[in-house]
Amino acid sequence: MSVEQYEILPITAEEDLVRVRRATRVLCIKLGFNLVEQTKMITAASELARNTLVFGGGGEVQIQVLLEPGCAGLRLIFEDNGPGIPNIELAMKDGYTTGNGLGLGLSGSKRLVNEFDISSQIGKGTRVSITRWKSNIT
Amino acid sequence: MDRIPILRMGAFLLVTIQVDMHDRLAETLQEDLAERVVSDEARGVLIDISSLEIVDSFIGRMLGRIAMISATLDARTVVVGMRPAVAITLVELGIPLEGILTALDVEKGMEMLEKSLDQWD
Repeated sequence: MSVEQYEILPITAEEDLVRVRRATRVLCIKLGFNLVEQTKMITAASELARNTLVFGGGGEVQIQVLLEPGCAGLRLIFEDNGPGIPNIELAMKDGYTTGNGLGLGLSGSKRLVNEFDISSQIGKGTRVSITRWKSNIT
Repeated sequence: MDRIPILRMGAFLLVTIQVDMHDRLAETLQEDLAERVVSDEARGVLIDISSLEIVDSFIGRMLGRIAMISATLDARTVVVGMRPAVAITLVELGIPLEGILTALDVEKGMEMLEKSLDQWD
């Protein structure tokens, strides 16, 4: 699998959420995602970028394009140096929240993508990686 | 500061969301609408989201809050024009748009509000 590091965007202000959504949309179109696939990936990106900003106190997102024979993928890796998540299993449950949200950011986002990976260290930060694949490209 | 325009159509207020809103703009809209419902004595609020490419949990919650605030001020809210891909994504994301009336387009939304006027008055 080849990984192309496409760009790294900062997530330190509300305006950055709009930029992350736009960059995600441009790449989804470039990779030939259909409208529903695009909408799911952009929505997941928006949720996770907001988590990085609000719960992680800011951070960045790495945008990668993955190429494998016969398919292409878009991977977004959100990283912050925030307080970390004490109990990931609990945080992944529908309805769990520490802020003023409905707590559906993580579990909901997971349903919108093909691969979801989360790791967190108390006092060090959180890293969430999401990937959506587009198969049968010619 | 940027603001989303609120138009008056008879007893109703019409809002067309045409930009990728940042969070603060969404919060401003919520406050502006509450003010206008009272100052215009509006009986209904129509929110056209046909230009929105995504509705994430933040915007979903904002729509819910607008509907609740309006209801508290005796006005009904109808959200119109949601794209099919947005509806599919919202359901999968698990955002309940409970308590929010929806219609396919502005015209049907208006009919809905007019009917609600007949019912309530």
